[in-house]
Amino acid sequence: MELVCPAGNLPALKKAVDEGADAVYFGFQNATNARQFIGLNFNDKRAREGVDYAQSRGCRVFCAINTYPQPSRWSEWTGAVDQAAALGVDALILADMGLLDYAAQTYPDLSRHLSVQGSATSRAALTFYQQQFGIKRAVLPRVLSIAQVEDLAKQSPVELEVFAFGSLCIMAEGRCYLSSYLTDESPNTRGACSPAKAVRWQETDAGLEARLNGVLIDRFLDGEKAGYPTLCKGRFAVGDETYHALEEPVSLSTLDLLPKLQAMGIAAVKIEGRQRSPAYVAQVTQVWRQAIDKARTSAADPAQLQRWAGQLSQLSEGSLTTLGAYHRKWK
Amino acid sequence: MKLSLGPLLYYWKKSEVEAFYEQVSQWPVEIVYLGETVCARRRELKLDDWASIANQLVQAGKQVVLSSQTLIESEGDLKQLMRLVDLAASQGWQVEANDQSALQLLSEAEVPFVSGPAVNIYNPRTLQRLVNLGLQRWCFPVELSRETLADMQQAIAAQGMQVETEVFAYGHLPLAWSSRCFTARYHDLPKDRCGFVCQQYQDGLLMRSQEAQDVFVLNGIQSLSGACCNLADQLPLMQQLQVDVVRLSPQAQSMAEVVSHFDQLRHGWTPLETTIPLHDQLDCNGYWFGRPGMEQVESGR
Repeated sequence: MELVCPAGNLPALKKAVDEGADAVYFGFQNATNARQFIGLNFNDKRAREGVDYAQSRGCRVFCAINTYPQPSRWSEWTGAVDQAAALGVDALILADMGLLDYAAQTYPDLSRHLSVQGSATSRAALTFYQQQFGIKRAVLPRVLSIAQVEDLAKQSPVELEVFAFGSLCIMAEGRCYLSSYLTDESPNTRGACSPAKAVRWQETDAGLEARLNGVLIDRFLDGEKAGYPTLCKGRFAVGDETYHALEEPVSLSTLDLLPKLQAMGIAAVKIEGRQRSPAYVAQVTQVWRQAIDKARTSAADPAQLQRWAGQLSQLSEGSLTTLGAYHRKWK
Repeated sequence: MKLSLGPLLYYWKKSEVEAFYEQVSQWPVEIVYLGETVCARRRELKLDDWASIANQLVQAGKQVVLSSQTLIESEGDLKQLMRLVDLAASQGWQVEANDQSALQLLSEAEVPFVSGPAVNIYNPRTLQRLVNLGLQRWCFPVELSRETLADMQQAIAAQGMQVETEVFAYGHLPLAWSSRCFTARYHDLPKDRCGFVCQQYQDGLLMRSQEAQDVFVLNGIQSLSGACCNLADQLPLMQQLQVDVVRLSPQAQSMAEVVSHFDQLRHGWTPLETTIPLHDQLDCNGYWFGRPGMEQVESGR
């Protein structure tokens, strides 16, 4: 089972490689990837250095070009595919059917992975992408239970990669337009969810307010930890209750499921977090490297599992982790 | 320019659904989308019930399209989809594909299909691929702007693609799908034993900010826009752009008046008021103008 780690910048990439990632994934500094943040991602020179660093140490490199190009800027996206191919990456992570088509026609020998943004949640959908665009692997959206993942793993025509750790997206990825409804930018259009340009913090008598393009997303009392105001993790009023109507600010962690995922034949586990620091990437990679190696040879002892879980929860939003949709009750 | 009535997104009682479509048969819409697109647990109407409504509408001269579920999660969902495709094939009805599972089954079965707004067709190359597989009409994704629509229409003409274009022009916008049911969550119920609480909310459950601003509408596993999209005053531009079909999404209140208003507009009537004075909801049209979707842009056409 491959450990796939995030590389938001060159220092993070190097940390992931040094700590034992089997593969790293990165994106370019534009709207072509689903994590467009200021000061993040790679220009051509940095990407070249990163690819060399990783590949010379036996670590594979994937390039995420997983937003949806619109006609007026189509060539930026094909340009990103060309650039990634020229860099000699090991695989492209794509979502858009048109771009998958372009990549398959232009670089038939370069592996194509279906991004989580491609929203394939059934064997029919996986077969569709495999037959039409020759994908080799698909990243599953975080909406399936572990039993559903198991069903898919038995029948999938392609390798499966699942999310292991990091921010929890609770909507079917690639089909969530909540962010653009409030701010005009979404993961699909600009590679941004709840973009920083729209965030305003304000101290008021009622507490610290977080606004997204003017809409009050959350209000924090003194001493309450205020996370990044992702709109689906805010507190809203439904009926006469005010609560986290969609989701609490928690992180996904599937450490407990690792042996099961391995037994199912899941090809890779993915760590989310290209927006996180190199130190974060180093720590998470280190824990998961150990956990995967241990799971390969023997059952981890409970004390050790607890230690790893403790280390990971230190790194989680609100210090809370969840199994998310993998766990039926979450739904 | 044709009018369509999109699939019913809410969970109404069977008698209410039947009464609604009985009225629809008298309305000036050419195309009616039928079926459950949101939640696999909503089985008040079985496939046979939808088929019988479809038959009545066909008798009334409507073109019917069976809509598929948007989020396919289990083998059970997939089997239900297969039954829907078989039924459509046997009756010669179209199917609205709302995810890639449906694209696969329909292209395999060589049943002509249309795509719903949650199938991400953002550029001509994607559209062309799907046209090659049997796509006959596509619904423009809700988050895109009129500029992108114009570019797409130009490409369709330039490449000679045989495909119709449909635009979502009225109703709360379907914005997201989750495996979690937010209505059950509000009631503190597990999704598996939700008690079908969705039926308590004919137009969904409003989620507001702590300042009482309507943000989203919760509809089971689906999230809709808090404001109601209304592009009535944009019909002349849509006509110029050769849009083939304008989609109206069913709401519990005033739908007959909404349909009639759009029908009059497409036949050249110029109302004194540009907004529909039929509902007391917040309007939005931001996406159309390349702005945040929730905004209401004073367009002056």
